[in-house]
Amino acid sequence: MSSKSATVSANAEGPVFYLEDEHDHAEGGSTMFGFWIYLMSDCLIFAVLFATYGVLGGNYAAGPAPKDLFDLPLVAINTSMLLFSSITYGFAMLAMAKGRVGATQGWLALTGLFGAAFICIELYEFAHLIHIGATPQRSAFLSSFFTLVGTHGLHVTIGLIWLVTLMVQVARYGLIQANMRRLMCLSMFWHFLDVIWIGVFTFVYLMGVLR
Amino acid sequence: MFDNPELIKLVFGRLTLESFPLHEPILVATFIVVALGGIALVGALTYFRLWGYLWREWFTTVDHKRIGIMYMILGIVMLLRGFADAIMIRLQQAMAFNGSEGYLNAHHFDQVFTAHGVIMIFFVAMPLVTGLMNFVVPLQIGARDVSFPFLNNFSFWMTTAGAVLVMMSLFVGEFAKTGWLAYPPLSGIGYSPDPGMDYYIWALQIAGVGTLLSGVNLLATIVKMRAPGMTMMKLPIFTWTALCTNVLIVAAFPVLTAVLALLTLDRYIGTNFFTNDFGGNPMMYVNLIWIWGHPEVYILILPAFGIFSEVTSTFSRKRLFGYTSMVYATVVITILAYLVWLHHFFTMGSGASVNSFFGITTMIISIPTGAKIFNWLFTMYRGRIRFELPMMWTIAFMLTFVIGGMTGVLLAVPPADFVLHNSLFLVAHFHNVIIGGVLFGLFAGIYYWFPKAFGFRLDPFWGKMSFWFWVVGFYFAFMPLYILGLMGVTRRLRTFEDPSLQIWFTIAGFGAFLVAIGILSFLIQIFVSIRNRESLRDLTGDPWDGRTLEWSTASPPPAYNFAFTPVIHDLDSWYDMKKRGYKRPEKGFRAIHMPSNTGSGVILSGLSLVFGFAMIWYIWWLAAVSFVALLAWSIGHTFNYKRDFHISTDEVVASENARTELLATGLK
Repeated sequence: MSSKSATVSANAEGPVFYLEDEHDHAEGGSTMFGFWIYLMSDCLIFAVLFATYGVLGGNYAAGPAPKDLFDLPLVAINTSMLLFSSITYGFAMLAMAKGRVGATQGWLALTGLFGAAFICIELYEFAHLIHIGATPQRSAFLSSFFTLVGTHGLHVTIGLIWLVTLMVQVARYGLIQANMRRLMCLSMFWHFLDVIWIGVFTFVYLMGVLR
Repeated sequence: MFDNPELIKLVFGRLTLESFPLHEPILVATFIVVALGGIALVGALTYFRLWGYLWREWFTTVDHKRIGIMYMILGIVMLLRGFADAIMIRLQQAMAFNGSEGYLNAHHFDQVFTAHGVIMIFFVAMPLVTGLMNFVVPLQIGARDVSFPFLNNFSFWMTTAGAVLVMMSLFVGEFAKTGWLAYPPLSGIGYSPDPGMDYYIWALQIAGVGTLLSGVNLLATIVKMRAPGMTMMKLPIFTWTALCTNVLIVAAFPVLTAVLALLTLDRYIGTNFFTNDFGGNPMMYVNLIWIWGHPEVYILILPAFGIFSEVTSTFSRKRLFGYTSMVYATVVITILAYLVWLHHFFTMGSGASVNSFFGITTMIISIPTGAKIFNWLFTMYRGRIRFELPMMWTIAFMLTFVIGGMTGVLLAVPPADFVLHNSLFLVAHFHNVIIGGVLFGLFAGIYYWFPKAFGFRLDPFWGKMSFWFWVVGFYFAFMPLYILGLMGVTRRLRTFEDPSLQIWFTIAGFGAFLVAIGILSFLIQIFVSIRNRESLRDLTGDPWDGRTLEWSTASPPPAYNFAFTPVIHDLDSWYDMKKRGYKRPEKGFRAIHMPSNTGSGVILSGLSLVFGFAMIWYIWWLAAVSFVALLAWSIGHTFNYKRDFHISTDEVVASENARTELLATGLK
């Protein structure tokens, strides 16, 4: 049946009340939109954590303050790791658009390495803080600091697990439609975490040292 | 092994034999009844060999209609539990005068009122609202399913896992004793070291995942899956309210997740967010929880408003008066929902300017709400009104809700609130709007859409019994609380000094007894209706002469909802189709592309349940194992790429021909 006659209803004279051809919502047609909404809800979790840091971040309880704790050069290296990983993810997406499996996988692997480096540096920073007694239990400032930064780190960790899963799936099934959609979702997730980190870097570290 | 306390602690965490409340006769009796009922149910299902059917057709289904029905069943079952708590509170408060301690000790009474609030909001109102939206929205917009059918199944089972945790607390350990919003520092580890508070946290966190994901899902469905021609201003009004409700869910529930996570950290690793020392601030919790809590109220009431709009228009045989203003009123309420949270604690001491701001924004909400009431009245004006059950609930709502709305405006005045806050006046107010608004709306919706879901109507006699006992019982139960509140009686009291108050509590208890008869009549009604289903049968698929798309398909609708995608030209599209000589297609059917069932939702939620239980009882090894399993199963699930199938042309032809025959019988 041609597409033209397909849209004509049983009653050819009157208005069309239904489509005779299968009106298929392409599989995953709303995935990008749905995932975007999910990201916005995730963003609200960070909003709450930022707000909590904003309210409680000055309550040192006679303990250490940001000035005493934050090592800006280390944070700068950390930030650059995450920013580089976003760039490499961008290249992975460009390679994916051209259908190059090998290049996509390569860039994804590089992204994963930068992400893992970020996590390692963050864990080192946390370990150091806990070692010198600046634990999450020490003051409301440190509770909210560890929770905000740690939640971001947890997201990056989940992103890494997701990245490895996707690399296995791309290796096994190639750049099929479903995998490309998944890579797009992870891309949004990854860049979203970058944006959140910019907020953390600015409001927690930079302004913390200024305060 | 039992000689080694360290080992037992390693294996069972803080779960000991003392955790089982064998010394509480009420709980033991309840447990015996529940256990016998459970054994009878399991036995019956096994005897009639229904497990396979239930697993294949219901538990693993991704069909939005069946998931919607399962949500409704969950909500009704939990209503019985929540109401049992309510009648216990009423009985205790009616008894505990003149030195009598009543029959509940403080430890038990505090759990009862906490469980009552938590269950009624999270596991009765939310599943019923979500269930109706799930069932109705895709049908109203001419879609075959929701955007993410597996996610829908998963969301339902996560909500159920939360409900199961709350029910478990009855017999394993105890529930929170903090009131339904669990303010710190009372809910902190210092004052609530027992597992009750952890039951609260994990039940809400697990159910919250389900609620959030179903919000994302329905939002994407409404935005992306509408039938051709259905522009936003041709969206059925219930779908509009569902859209706004899901926006609120997506924008509010993350706040609950975050604030509960912070409380969890305070309790489990000793951080200082909401503590009184080391710089913590309990009022931060109160602010955050109400930033979720106030929108939550509108999450519940907006779909009810949508139901009333559909019902009023259908049973007045008129187009809804002021559709556009109704849509804008809904959107305005959605926005204002975020600007009023502080009215729940004017007494925090935030100062006159802040309190004035939140008092005024609160009062402004009565404007769009009032506009809605007028729209319904004008829809009824000069309509040919049929007083069927859905319409009766709607009228009861209009009368009752106006009273609740007005006492709400009273409470919005900060100086008045300083006197009335935390009193029974407040308790009467929110029961007045939640029962008179949400619950009456849900009943209207259940009576309205039941024939669509099951193919037969609910018995009107028992429906009217239920209606009158509920409505009259409501007034008896809550009007005395307004009076008591004005006299200064605060909420959550277990015993009373002043004997002159007893008569009011007795009247309120009598009201609760009437409501109990109302609930019983509702259950009898379902039983009677199933027995008499042949005489109550709906052959047309359109028993109320409806106006929206869900009435254009069979009752119950086939799995694929619509054999051909409908094309929309007007608001009230089914009315438009009927008026302009729509002929139902009887040939030319094709195979239909559908999502396949999956057991992953059940398994993931079961693992979450185990994880929650392990965290509550500090069984760390089990928590780790179940968490890893959860992660592994989620990843494994993504390796399944075959998630769809086609309903063959033959099957579509068969089910459509069956409908043609039914319609022919209906005409005879």
